[in-house]
Amino acid sequence: MLGQSLQLLFAGVAQGCVYALVALGFVLIYKATETVNFAQGDMMMLGAFFGLTAATILGWPYWATILFAITVMAVIGMGLERVVLRPVLGYPTFTVVMITIGIGYVIRGIVTMVPGWGTETHALPTPFGNGVVRIGGAVIAVEQIAVIGMTAALVAALFLFFRFAKLGVAMQATSQNQLAAYYMGIPVQRVNMMIWGLSAGVAAFGGILLAPVAFVHSNMGFIGLKAFPAAVLGGFGSVPGAIVGGLIIGIVESFAGFHLAEGFKDVAAYVVVLAVLLVRPSGIFGETVSKKV
Amino acid sequence: MGAVLELANVESSYGPVQALRGVSLTVPEGKIVTVLGANGAGKTTTLKTISGIIAPRKGQVKFRGEEIQGRAPDRIVRAGLVQVPEGREVFPLLSVEDNLRMGAYTRRDADGVAQDLAMVFGYFPILRERARQEAGQLSGGQQQMLAIARALLARPSVVLMDEPSLGLSPKLTKEIFDIILRINRERGVTILLVEQNAHMALKVADYGYVLEVGRIVMEDTGARLAEKEDIREFYLGMKSGGVRGERRWKRKKLWR
Ligand SMILES: Nc1ncnc2c1ncn2[C@@H]1O[C@H](COP(=O)(O)OP(=O)(O)O)[C@@H](O)[C@H]1O
Ligand SMILES: [Mg+2]
Repeated sequence: MLGQSLQLLFAGVAQGCVYALVALGFVLIYKATETVNFAQGDMMMLGAFFGLTAATILGWPYWATILFAITVMAVIGMGLERVVLRPVLGYPTFTVVMITIGIGYVIRGIVTMVPGWGTETHALPTPFGNGVVRIGGAVIAVEQIAVIGMTAALVAALFLFFRFAKLGVAMQATSQNQLAAYYMGIPVQRVNMMIWGLSAGVAAFGGILLAPVAFVHSNMGFIGLKAFPAAVLGGFGSVPGAIVGGLIIGIVESFAGFHLAEGFKDVAAYVVVLAVLLVRPSGIFGETVSKKV
Repeated sequence: MGAVLELANVESSYGPVQALRGVSLTVPEGKIVTVLGANGAGKTTTLKTISGIIAPRKGQVKFRGEEIQGRAPDRIVRAGLVQVPEGREVFPLLSVEDNLRMGAYTRRDADGVAQDLAMVFGYFPILRERARQEAGQLSGGQQQMLAIARALLARPSVVLMDEPSLGLSPKLTKEIFDIILRINRERGVTILLVEQNAHMALKVADYGYVLEVGRIVMEDTGARLAEKEDIREFYLGMKSGGVRGERRWKRKKLWR
């Protein structure tokens, strides 16, 4: 019984890591530009396809595949900000949100048209194989441990970046008070562009981590529908909140999928979000300081 | 003494609302120049136009002889012109130290930044004590000190200050103004100071302008402005009626 719970916990945390990474992308862009980027899930999907291409067609090793997908998506993210989002700066939020939904549709459409990508499902090879680790009575896939470890490493790297790097602190500063950032000579537009790049890169990483758990296909971006409540749960606008929220949703789903009747799994996440928001309307890590634009 | 900063017939608008109706003023190197004006006169708009936050519809802003109107704000900071914005505008969730580091964002000389950090801690010892604290937790006076210190970290040759006395007690206001004076005298930083508090501003200013409804209506040396009857009445005694008479002031009140 305990072993089984541990097994479910690991599966949930591994899945939750991917939710967390997509949620993180939502939050980074929201904090910086007050825009909810509904294409975040599809950017994750596109990143996974770039990883797939590098791994299967180019035959690159796993680590190179990850770097390739992150880099390409970071460039695409920056390009989207520069070419699509920046021209509509100052338009009503609704307009901008509709545009991000449109970006998602376009990405999905393009992916289905690319030869070799299409609408089929693909398996992304990983070096983790089918190995398992036995802890107590639990049987835990090495893949899951790898996903958790790699997510932890990325989160640690991001923490150090935001805490110590000049650009990272400038991203925080721009998110907290955009006007003051302009006054300090921070190139706000360029910083926002880099935040889009960072979010897209994190999404690509999530897409590749999702690959051992699920297949790569053009609709995998709908995972954004789980990552969005994860961000809300954490308190939209909180980076630690996105990660905790993602993990909670992953764990809840994992246990609900096992213990409850079929169908409850997908609803469980939303039930938890509603329950938490009833108690804490601003989410677990909801900020009390209001932002100045 | 050459002019570092010159505005010639600057007109700025917010959409259909014209806030500046042809502002011209000159700031000589190494001096403190003040722009006085009631709420809504266009003081903040003037400074925002200089800093490149808004582009003027007409007119020129010249910094060291070069036209800078409409340039991106970061280029203007790099040129040596920094603003201490109205209402402090600190980064509330960053530590005091990180706020100061952001003041030096445009700089690459780590040694110089370290020196300037020590310099502002000299002017404002409280900031050294609170270096690790979130800026949002500081008192209003301390946030004003932080805003001034943060601007100094850009190592500017000209600082624009927008109502540094806003919301501060008379004692704190005096402290802040003493430091503004010291920064000007000891570091040779030119200061363009915008104030509603004419009493304090005219004490430190070499030269002053009076702004009303987007226009300069009077200018003179600080000492002579302080002597003028209408300034004394309107800005120092806070009686009703602007320099240009009762009617305009009433209208302004209605707009707010
Ligand atoms: N963001 C804005 N949008 C529209 N009108 C504005 C805005 N900011 C200021 N104004 C108007 O411009 C005029 C000048 O404002 P401002 O420069 O802030 O005055 P001051 O700093 O002297 O109090 C006022 O009439 C004000 O209502
Ligand atoms: Mg003002």
